[in-house]
Amino acid sequence: MNRILLAHGGGGSLTQELVQQMFVPAFKMRSLDDAAVLGVDRVRLAFTTDSYVVKPYVFPGGDIGRLAVCGTVNDLAVQGAQPLWMSLSFILEEGLPLADLETIVASIKTAATEAGVEIVTGDTKVVERGKCEGLYINTAGIGRVAGRRSVSHAGARAGDVVLLNGPLAEHGVAVMSRREGIVFQTSVVSDCAPVWPLVKAILDSNAEIHTLRDPTRGGVAGALNDIAVASGVGIRLEEKALPIGREVRGACDLLGLDPLTIANEGKLLVICRGSDADRVLATMKRQPLGRRSVVIGEVIEKPKGMVLLHTTIGGERIVDMPTGEDLPRIC
Amino acid sequence: MMKLPLAEIAALAQQVARPMQFMEVCGTHTMAAYRSGLHQLLPANVRLISGPGCPVCVTDQSYIDAAIDLAGHPDVIVATFGDLVRVPGSDSSLEQERAAGAQVRIVYSPSDALVLARECPSKKVVFLGIGFETTAPTVAWAIRQAAEENLKNFFVLCAHKTMPQAMDALLRGHEVKIDGFLCPGHVSVITGAQLYRFICEQYKIPCVVTGFEPWDILSGIKMLLQQHVDGRAEVENEYSRSVSEAGNLAAQELLARVFEPCDVSWRGLGTIAGSGLRIRQEFARFDATVALDVVFPRTRVHPGCLCGAVLRGVATPLDCRLFGRKCSPLHPVGPCMVSSEGACAASYKYEKRAAA
Repeated sequence: MNRILLAHGGGGSLTQELVQQMFVPAFKMRSLDDAAVLGVDRVRLAFTTDSYVVKPYVFPGGDIGRLAVCGTVNDLAVQGAQPLWMSLSFILEEGLPLADLETIVASIKTAATEAGVEIVTGDTKVVERGKCEGLYINTAGIGRVAGRRSVSHAGARAGDVVLLNGPLAEHGVAVMSRREGIVFQTSVVSDCAPVWPLVKAILDSNAEIHTLRDPTRGGVAGALNDIAVASGVGIRLEEKALPIGREVRGACDLLGLDPLTIANEGKLLVICRGSDADRVLATMKRQPLGRRSVVIGEVIEKPKGMVLLHTTIGGERIVDMPTGEDLPRIC
Repeated sequence: MMKLPLAEIAALAQQVARPMQFMEVCGTHTMAAYRSGLHQLLPANVRLISGPGCPVCVTDQSYIDAAIDLAGHPDVIVATFGDLVRVPGSDSSLEQERAAGAQVRIVYSPSDALVLARECPSKKVVFLGIGFETTAPTVAWAIRQAAEENLKNFFVLCAHKTMPQAMDALLRGHEVKIDGFLCPGHVSVITGAQLYRFICEQYKIPCVVTGFEPWDILSGIKMLLQQHVDGRAEVENEYSRSVSEAGNLAAQELLARVFEPCDVSWRGLGTIAGSGLRIRQEFARFDATVALDVVFPRTRVHPGCLCGAVLRGVATPLDCRLFGRKCSPLHPVGPCMVSSEGACAASYKYEKRAAA
């Protein structure tokens, strides 16, 4: 393989391989968390960057603008950081209708207000027609890490409990339902939302929180595999407990996709000390974004670095790291 | 959820009192079984083995190579189901060719390929027609539609296959002991359940047409065991909510109108007489092998790859020395590791992996 494949951008093991072999050694990166936590004059800041190339740029429940804000502030929030500032760089395609851009800017404004983040700098470039699909957005975000405790991918310990704040795979399915060549009728809308208010409530509850993660690209399977590897633990999920909407399940069955590997944009995985699970669950349920929170699994000692699923019929199987591009199957 | 027939299965297995090996013919069954961890729930003397029902896996390597070659032509767009793009050919894959600039588009149905042909009149759109009785009618429909519209730039590289002949070939080969078939639910929706009767009559082997939920598969296993206890060999239909005795007659007519049976080569099983579907003379202008310059190059298959044996039910994925070492979903050697219905992919993803 001597070229970049689409699957290198899928957020699965092929992405990981590229990052590990190309970027980590070149830049001597210390951590691969979604945001870097940096100290300046005894203030701890979280710093992140992300790019948005979603197609189509408007989808049920949101658009590329809302996604850019939520994606960025959520990467800060899962480091326990309150989002403060954001940059926005637009790469616009020649011919993009101004009305579309106006809609997207308006939804950026709404989402930024919701997230309590300020857009403080930006850039605009235009490329020839055909060089991008409508528009791409690149962002950076800075947040202040709240309190002294750290949460990190490497923080999960045997005996911990895994919680999730609601139904899986809605963003991915909503976007796919409008994608060129695949349009299907569904009322599923993207879950795209800033999770900071939920994170803040959880951190304020004084429970012992070990890991927070937004299961975006690569889904819950990707996020939990990362955590299992980084923390040197196993994770066992309970299939019966997984919140999956009827329509999402139907769409996934039809396309041969696993809801566990599909992107979410307003979901939060919380891993906390087992004895604090009830308190955390109650705290989450009191938040608007947490009303449908559930316990979905537990952290176990072995097998290290693996995620298992106790199935509805009583079997057990591996939940693997997705490899790359999700490919709908043939029949 | 329906109550699982685990206790009945255990009791029947005890009554049968000898090892039972049932083949799930369809790749979707394979995936569903691994995904639910169903194998672990079966009694020690009941074993489920995978059959030749993964359409991508049984597609001959020369077909993959021909598709890759076609994709290299600047005036060709190859339209394909997503499953095929990662399947390794002798030297490359459609995914790698796409990254190198070839026009390879993933479509979700043959009608999407028709749309592509209408939108790009200056390109030749070649749809990769693989799959069994389930997908073949949709391709037949697209070809008939192209004929009605008189589309000049739509072609099908056809390697459709039919399932009963492959099951027959497996039994004639005597290579693997099969005590019963879980017959493919999706295929049977089209063909009807009666299609498998010859297996019961000629080989005295029970068949149960089965759905795709874990409890469907378990019910199918229970029904197969019950037939052994009763000394019967019949076609039974567990999936009667979707499958009728005669099948979908409209789809069968469409198939017969556009395609005719031919001999075709299956990966692992070799050429099986009458097991393929070829585009009829009347529609030959849509047949890529007739209308375009299609080259079927000499293929190179990795010498250690056991995909062929896995597809015949003779070997399990874990028997392969490449499994989890040289061959993984990230760096696949054979198609069974790539396809979302492949036995190796299912085993790797859901069950266990060999130490690297």
